[in-house]
Amino acid sequence: MAANSEPLSPRAKLAVTAGRAAAAVSRAAGKGSGSVIGGKVALRFDPDLLARLARHLDVVLVSATNGKTTTTRLLAEALRAGGPVVSNALGANMPAGITSALAGGSDARFGVIEVDEKYLAGVARDVAPKAIALLNLSRDQLDRAAETRMLAEKWREGLAGSEAIIIANADDPLITWAASSSPTVVWVAAGQSWKDDAWSCPSCGGVLQRPDDDWYCGECGFRRPTPTWALSGDHVVDPYGVAWPIHLQLPGRANKSNAAMSAAVAAAFGIDPKVALERMFKVQAVAGRYDVVSFLQRDLRLLLAKNPAGWLETFSLIDGPPTPVILSVNARGADGTDTSWLWDVDYTRLAGHPIMVIGDRKLDLAVRLEVAGLQFRVCANLDEAVRAAPPGRIEAIANYTAFQDLRRRVGN
Amino acid sequence: MSESSLRLVWVYPDLLSTYGDQGNALVVERRAVQRRVPVTRVDVRSDHAVPTSGDIYLIGGGEDRPQRLAAERLRRDGGLNRAVANGAIVFSVCAGYQILGHEFINDLGRPEPGLGLLDVVSTRGEGDRCVGDVLADIDPQLGLPPLTGFENHQGITHLGPTTRPLARLRVGRGNGTGDGTEGAFNDTVFGTYMHGPVMARNPHIADLLIKLALDVNALPPVDDQWYDALRAERIAAAVQPA
Ligand SMILES: [Zn+2]
Repeated sequence: MAANSEPLSPRAKLAVTAGRAAAAVSRAAGKGSGSVIGGKVALRFDPDLLARLARHLDVVLVSATNGKTTTTRLLAEALRAGGPVVSNALGANMPAGITSALAGGSDARFGVIEVDEKYLAGVARDVAPKAIALLNLSRDQLDRAAETRMLAEKWREGLAGSEAIIIANADDPLITWAASSSPTVVWVAAGQSWKDDAWSCPSCGGVLQRPDDDWYCGECGFRRPTPTWALSGDHVVDPYGVAWPIHLQLPGRANKSNAAMSAAVAAAFGIDPKVALERMFKVQAVAGRYDVVSFLQRDLRLLLAKNPAGWLETFSLIDGPPTPVILSVNARGADGTDTSWLWDVDYTRLAGHPIMVIGDRKLDLAVRLEVAGLQFRVCANLDEAVRAAPPGRIEAIANYTAFQDLRRRVGN
Repeated sequence: MSESSLRLVWVYPDLLSTYGDQGNALVVERRAVQRRVPVTRVDVRSDHAVPTSGDIYLIGGGEDRPQRLAAERLRRDGGLNRAVANGAIVFSVCAGYQILGHEFINDLGRPEPGLGLLDVVSTRGEGDRCVGDVLADIDPQLGLPPLTGFENHQGITHLGPTTRPLARLRVGRGNGTGDGTEGAFNDTVFGTYMHGPVMARNPHIADLLIKLALDVNALPPVDDQWYDALRAERIAAAVQPA
């Protein structure tokens, strides 16, 4: 357990103060929460600040392609059973944002930190975490130059000597490759719906065999490790074989998987699975995701899906036909400017739903849906799309900046 | 082609499907079916033999290591070369395009032999990746409207004497040779750097492959309104980037 006995040095205190001032200025100027700029200023005053701030905490890092923000929220809620928590709950997940978040929690015992995939190894070196949770890795159009497998390789190298307990999803071959060089790993069968980035063995390049939920390489023997924790339907099964029910307000299989991972992490921090899972029920919408908002007499559920694996999980949680679905896709900088990934998403899953299409790249979506043989309607904007649906529930699925556009329009 | 249906083979989705190029198979399949041509689609993973009886073979883009693995396995397998010798049509994109040539630079920085189905040799560029919307005029011999696509690569592909450029660039880097060419083709083998995927942006290319496979000069028209709208938007974006 971390002790708050060692006070911050004068230099670190100055850095924190400078960071807070910069953040306040940023907020006053109407430029968002200011957490990132605050962290940048603070790190300039004291480059070791992140390490120094973390020294007072029991830290867990959370990284993945999908689900890291939600898991960070679930886990923070679970660990609060054991003491105060500081967390970058707003999703500012690069070193400056993390520094800023930690600087705001001087009384905390636990640090629950979401980390961008590219920064994981570096942050792990700086903050010497007690645990690292690795959920999944899959293609994301933003990282086109950085092959998914290369990312797993970098994690593997960066975590090889780590003293942290690695809590890793055994159902993801790339995660398994990244984690399996670490001395202490807790394997969780957390599931993986999207399999198309792991047909090649990360170790030798052979073709992976994937019968049912198992996987193995027939050439080099690299295979799925035996998990000690498992997601089983609506339950988490702990290492003693006890099945604990998952009750979440958040929908979908992917969030049950996030809860299972969080329960395993919480156990490593001495929190009982029952207590951890009960606390996770408190988490509602995460940065607007899964929020249901009333708009033009309809109930719009806002769903974020940034990459093919995310869309696949989202399709599995929406209400069935005839619930209308609005799809919105942009291709601005934060989304990746290439829309080819739309063709990796199986839109035939939407058959039977009335479909409305909006967003900067609605014409790419229109061709995609036409080729999928679906009926759809291209609309000028959200209002027109919503009015095209009868009163009641509408599922609105959008990628990153399109999601921000939706939130802005509905005042969320 | 076989009597009953069009055999469409998607080569190595486990290695070469990173950039949505599966869309090319979906578009060819859709546009054949819309013409009441039944399609049998065969997805061939890299631990299986490439069938030699296909009519159209599609091969997509991928990352550097999977590209080398794909080249090794296709050379060892030999099925794609035999299919082309039988008159099959091959359409390849990006990493797949390089594999069809004589040689490319692999992930280890060494020259890797390709399949020699196109008279091209690829190297790796020194500068930035070529990323963005492309606009080019397709070889008039093919009788197709302009080519639109999205490029994202670092390759440079030099064309030999027995192959022709697929298109002449108006916007973009294409083959990266600085001579204004994009892609290559000879007889029934095609290569391009265009993603998008390229068939979604250029459905007439899908139709061309179907016509070649069926050995017909024309196909019944289909509703192209969304393809046309997308083409107009992307061509405008290429000419006048946002
Ligand atoms: Zn292997």
